[in-house]
Amino acid sequence: MSTPMLGWKELPMGAVAFISSKEYPTGEWAVFQPKIDESKCIKCGLCWIYCPDSAYRWDGENVPVPSLEHCKGCGICAAECPTKAIEMVRV
Amino acid sequence: MAVQKYGEQTVMALNGDEAVAWAVKQSNVDVVAAYPITPQTIIVERISEFVHNGEVDMEFVRVESEHSALSACWGASLAGARAFTATAANGLALMWEILYIVSSTRVPLVMAVVNRALSAPINIHNDHSDTMGARDSGWIQLYSEDAQEAYDNTIMAFKIAEESMLPVMVTLDGFTISHTLQNVSVLPDEVVSNFVGERKIPRIKIPTIYGEKEVPFMLNPKYPITFGPLDLYDYYFEHKVQQNEAMKDTPPIIEKVHKEYGEISGRSYEPVHMIPYKTEDADVIIIGLSSTMSVVRKVVDQLREEGKKVGAIRLRVFRPFPAEMLRKELSNFSTVGVLDRCISFGAEGGPLFLEIRSALYSSPSKPATVNYIYGLGGRELPPKLIAKAFNEILEVRAEPGTPIVKYLGVRE
Repeated sequence: MSTPMLGWKELPMGAVAFISSKEYPTGEWAVFQPKIDESKCIKCGLCWIYCPDSAYRWDGENVPVPSLEHCKGCGICAAECPTKAIEMVRV
Repeated sequence: MAVQKYGEQTVMALNGDEAVAWAVKQSNVDVVAAYPITPQTIIVERISEFVHNGEVDMEFVRVESEHSALSACWGASLAGARAFTATAANGLALMWEILYIVSSTRVPLVMAVVNRALSAPINIHNDHSDTMGARDSGWIQLYSEDAQEAYDNTIMAFKIAEESMLPVMVTLDGFTISHTLQNVSVLPDEVVSNFVGERKIPRIKIPTIYGEKEVPFMLNPKYPITFGPLDLYDYYFEHKVQQNEAMKDTPPIIEKVHKEYGEISGRSYEPVHMIPYKTEDADVIIIGLSSTMSVVRKVVDQLREEGKKVGAIRLRVFRPFPAEMLRKELSNFSTVGVLDRCISFGAEGGPLFLEIRSALYSSPSKPATVNYIYGLGGRELPPKLIAKAFNEILEVRAEPGTPIVKYLGVRE
């Protein structure tokens, strides 16, 4: 993280969040992460809908792309994928 | 009747609970979420009557528990409302988790706690175990001696809370104050309403990776901020120190609000943090909290007639603990007796005693200190027992080795 560490006199009161969760690479926690077989993907977007970390990026037309920086590897996308296009691969 | 100097005040026959309800009625409160529990029930009943009768513009949220009551008030306050709740004993215990969440997110709630003994065994009468247990939860604590002070403290609490952005507990003794009818001088509605004003939302600066942004300190979809996010070993410690320092900054705010309140009501309770009684030439004093101290003052008068140099100090603000002020105030006495209406199981004395003794450790004259634990579960403390305690502490210097923690009024 490039943000300098602030002291207690510099922090906003009440411990309100001041660093976006986008800057928090929870992908480091993953043991398994999704790999998509593009030939099987029907672009239904269910992986994008179900992802609890909103890690998938999808433009509504092409194959959804998981952001591996934020994917914790829960495997919900692979379980929900109707064509079994997603495989969880050990990182 | 009316006190002309301070405008028209109506003397009403109110018990302590009703006095608190009247203070809430007049203080422009937007939301009350509360769950009834003896001896706080009358507060909730009166407020719900005011709402039902259309006497106040207030949302009354009926909740299923105290945990929910405080949670609802927390949410309302984060959304910008002025919120109030009230509880006692086990109800306060059920709020525990939210007590810390409220204070740590700097939400200026006001809560009346009608002091009552904690279960088990079940007991509905007065002692201070409930609020003393909450002493580390980051709430300012004001202890009231009578119904008038419960009314005054409740009004002042809104201002103290909102100026310090910390929650305030106003306490009153269960039954002794809460259910005892007293003449209470009630200010006109508009005087109180003007005194507390509308709630002002402070603005805070948030450093982000995109630069600093200024936002109102509330939940507002136009300026989204997150309260209570994950905060691990990299920042949690800093946030707790900041919270503690904010608490330590409150005494001038508490004093200022009392002074302002004195100007509209004639009741400023100076010197605010602790009220001395016949201490100027006293050798020994007894210090304690709340309604018991009115009896202690009577005993001081009796013993003074016998030529004994005794005095009393009633502490009004327990959190933040006024250690420096107490050190200054107490250093001249040879012995200080401390009344605790609470047991801290396994500790060397009650909570008030531990803190006073600790404060006096760095006083050059180091008065002797004796702790009296009394009145648990509403047990009476008759004047003769207070006199006995005074007579003991008058001799304690001459008898080294006497126990420093004693029970007053218990059978062996």
